[in-house]
Amino acid sequence: MMQIMEGSHAIAEAARLCRPEVVSAYPITPQTHIVERLADFVADGDLNAEYICVESELSALSVCLGSSAAGSRVYSATSSQGLMLMAEVVFNVAGMRQPIVMSIANRALGAPLSIWNDQQDSISLRDAGWFQVYGEDVQEMTDLHFIAYRAAEQHNVLLPGFVCFDGFILSHTYEPVDIPSQEEIDAYLPPYVPYNKLDAKAPLSMGMYATPDYYHEFRYELDEAMTRSADVISAAGKEFAEMFGRDYSGHIENYRMDDADVAFIAMGSLCGTVKDAIDEMRADGIKAGLVKIRTYRPFPAKEIAQALAGVPKVAVLEKNISLGSAMKGAVGPEVKDAVTGTGIDVYSYVVGLGGRDIRKKDIRAIAALAEKGVGNTFYGLRTEVL
Amino acid sequence: MALRIGCAAAPGKARDNKTGSWRVFKPEVDMEKCILCGTCILACPETAVSEVDGTITFDLDYCKGCGVCAAECPREAIAMIQEEK
Repeated sequence: MMQIMEGSHAIAEAARLCRPEVVSAYPITPQTHIVERLADFVADGDLNAEYICVESELSALSVCLGSSAAGSRVYSATSSQGLMLMAEVVFNVAGMRQPIVMSIANRALGAPLSIWNDQQDSISLRDAGWFQVYGEDVQEMTDLHFIAYRAAEQHNVLLPGFVCFDGFILSHTYEPVDIPSQEEIDAYLPPYVPYNKLDAKAPLSMGMYATPDYYHEFRYELDEAMTRSADVISAAGKEFAEMFGRDYSGHIENYRMDDADVAFIAMGSLCGTVKDAIDEMRADGIKAGLVKIRTYRPFPAKEIAQALAGVPKVAVLEKNISLGSAMKGAVGPEVKDAVTGTGIDVYSYVVGLGGRDIRKKDIRAIAALAEKGVGNTFYGLRTEVL
Repeated sequence: MALRIGCAAAPGKARDNKTGSWRVFKPEVDMEKCILCGTCILACPETAVSEVDGTITFDLDYCKGCGVCAAECPREAIAMIQEEK
């Protein structure tokens, strides 16, 4: 049913509809409204789950890991410093192949303390073994939760996943959103069937130590599962499209890429601004286009290479900084790698860290920089304060 | 042993985990010097040393190459030899 809803509350609805049996989270801005609403659902009897209160994010994800290992569908949500405090367990969840789905309200990392948006938190954990999908608007970030559970729990995947969305920009914005019914989601997302589970009658340990004889191969198998997940996420998106009419089968989305002279690459809510800027630029005769990355892990290199074929200049908009790297942003080098040998020029632009607004005129200015071959730099520095 | 997803493992014994791959130095006994006192058998933390028909033998599936047997041998009959793997 279509309704006007705050982004966080739409995600809480999505989580409820997925019927998690255990929810454990620790409140952190800007994720708080999600878990507050889920606590209400449990208290009011609208969600039949254990809501386990803990004293930190480290404990929250540890509770989730244990609950998942015991065979439950599990949900959590966090942001920024909370995700960093979880980090040790984040890697363990993936290594133990527990298909936990966690919402990430993207927020900058301290110090200095910032409660505002960029994507440093989830991008910093890109190598943790969780697949990562990014929503552009409230509808998409809501729908991606259903798809994430559906893909994560397939026995040829068994990987956890982050559903990422920009903190405040999406988490606290009211938008019209179509929330499916419980019957519809039950038809899309069957009950979780664990591959392994803790059972006193058939004892099992998980994540046991691996000597140098075995560890290397465990990491290989984790990477193989991540590679396989690409097709499974895509198939889950296709099935979702067949049932609900909204198609998330592609790992990327192209916007006005035909005959583009300059292509932007972006993730998350920024894509909306970029599309508006592209419309204005096209009206002025500047042939710009956008490749939106929805699935960041596994990285859709092949799809990106296809989308960028024949485009001379590519500008990657980075809401992150890979400190000390040559291109500055973390996404740019992977895009550049995807088009190696084609002669396409790829530049990164670090934009909008810690909640700095990115305006249409900034997008246009970055296109001009890319045309001139100026990139791999911070954009929009206030030089007067340096 | 094929890997199990998530490094899951059923309960078992330490015997299931062969530790021989940890080894850098392999014990070799000189039976000319050995008096079969059994000190090496008692000292081995992996119980990987035994006496068979009057000869000291090492179970290389489990011997980690720690060298306690060589250090404790009263006749210095055990040498630790670097292995090529």
